[in-house]
Amino acid sequence: MMWDPRMEGMPAGDLKRLQYRLLKTLVYRLYSFSPFYHDRMKEAGTHPDDIRSLEDITKLPFMYKSDLRDNYPDRIFTASQDELVRYHVSSGTTGKPTVVGYTANDLESWTTSLARSLTACGLGRGDVMQVSYGYGLFTGGLGLHYGAERIGATVLPIGTGNTERQIELMQDLHVTAIACTPSYLVHIGETANRMGISIRNDTDLRVGILGAEPWSEGIRTTLQNELGIRVYDIYGTSELSGPMFTECTEQQGIHIWGDIAYPEIIDPESGEHLPPGEKGELVMTVLKKEALPMIRYRIGDITSIDDSVCACGRTSPRIMRIQGRVDDMLIVRGINVFPSQVEHTLMGIPEVVGSAFQIEVDRRGALDSMLVRVEMSKDAFSDKITDLMKVKAKVTHDLRNSLNVAADVELVAPGTLPRFEGKAKRVIDRRVY
Amino acid sequence: MAEKKYIIKQISIFSENKPGRLASIAHALEEAGINILAFSIAEANGFGVVRALVNRPDAAHETLTSMGFMVSFTDVIAVRMRDEPGGLFEIARILGEAGINIEYSYAYSGKEGAVLILRIDRVEEGVRQILQAGGEVLISDLFQ
Repeated sequence: MMWDPRMEGMPAGDLKRLQYRLLKTLVYRLYSFSPFYHDRMKEAGTHPDDIRSLEDITKLPFMYKSDLRDNYPDRIFTASQDELVRYHVSSGTTGKPTVVGYTANDLESWTTSLARSLTACGLGRGDVMQVSYGYGLFTGGLGLHYGAERIGATVLPIGTGNTERQIELMQDLHVTAIACTPSYLVHIGETANRMGISIRNDTDLRVGILGAEPWSEGIRTTLQNELGIRVYDIYGTSELSGPMFTECTEQQGIHIWGDIAYPEIIDPESGEHLPPGEKGELVMTVLKKEALPMIRYRIGDITSIDDSVCACGRTSPRIMRIQGRVDDMLIVRGINVFPSQVEHTLMGIPEVVGSAFQIEVDRRGALDSMLVRVEMSKDAFSDKITDLMKVKAKVTHDLRNSLNVAADVELVAPGTLPRFEGKAKRVIDRRVY
Repeated sequence: MAEKKYIIKQISIFSENKPGRLASIAHALEEAGINILAFSIAEANGFGVVRALVNRPDAAHETLTSMGFMVSFTDVIAVRMRDEPGGLFEIARILGEAGINIEYSYAYSGKEGAVLILRIDRVEEGVRQILQAGGEVLISDLFQ
């Protein structure tokens, strides 16, 4: 089942022509009306007339997250405030948050994207979707909410938390689909077990739309086997609008609707465009965006593109499961963690050497675990175990407070962790996606 | 102060809880010709503290520090115990009644009898109390 068969099944040649037309229009519009983009293109030595084919997109300059931060809150918006109908704001983990504005058309295109995606996951009229993503400034809740309503599903806008009630309502209202983070679904499964409820036998749940954190095929298999449902990966970021794209029932990559966005893969070092199948940094151009245009936006996620026609018949390219990040950001249990934050916290604790630390991330079962190795400062050494345990407890507490996620802490002797001459490599991430 | 001669410099070494750590400490002391007279390991989750009485504490400190170990000196005392039931109780009772806290201790029972190594919160007062009660505190020269 396709939501919009004409668009989703459009022959590749036609789709390319459509994408080229949309890109050309977008570039002309921005060159004329966006001082930010006008300057960027001038710096890059590219005029809109230089864009003569879809491939010429590589002549356009990249956009970075820092561009949004540097222009906080709305200096690169190309819609005036009276045209905006909504704001979403990122959490601002690394400093200033980023603000995304939406015109009515932006919301429409977001909703359309998800209507196609949810349909591709086999959902529609008659389904009851429990939206267990956060509502509010975070894009997950409202994004899925409107997408599910659009396809005629019944929405249970429950948000996050209160897991027992989530399970109770799941039973009472015959919920068939849930949208949440993969780790939350694992938690729901475990909680249900404790309550003596089997998701497989005692509920009508059959589909999970899971995202907002990296997860693996292993978790998919576990969740599908244990809960007796099908779970699908969803992709998006607030800069693109929010969660926008999902897999189809084939589970062979995430469909990026060609008339909405144009994905590229580049070599993160050289910026060179890479062919389908090669792994690199995902760069997205949102072809229809009014309030906050995104051209060649470097999201920083590592993946590859498959542009062959999917077994489901959809022609849009698919991106593979996200395999990591270009920058040093980690996502641990759904929370963004930057090594710089860890360093900042440790610097505030005189008993440890803040500049020398190591982060190890593993996955134990379905849950991420993070270990921070910290060197004790010489002066803090006491031969009393209780004193050392106090230092350890303090580091654990302070990290938990600043990162919003718990980390195990290991104290090591000063001078024993690796030192770096160039860029420090402080993170060992052993998770497999 | 008279009690000073009873105060022994124990070396304390921070050690990660990993295979081979103790071996490298012991090997270094051997190379430097340092004899270990009494010894204990306190362990917590992920790390431990090796405590030792050695014949040449300054040399041990220098050797281990140069190898990158975190080493410190701690003042401890050694008390002769009756090597029979009640021996430990006698000493613990004296300190307890004097309101002196034992932070940790370890013991050995050798050919010259049983010895209790104590780290207490008020060292000189502890020595005084034990001596007054008729106990025997070993002078540090016996070790170092």
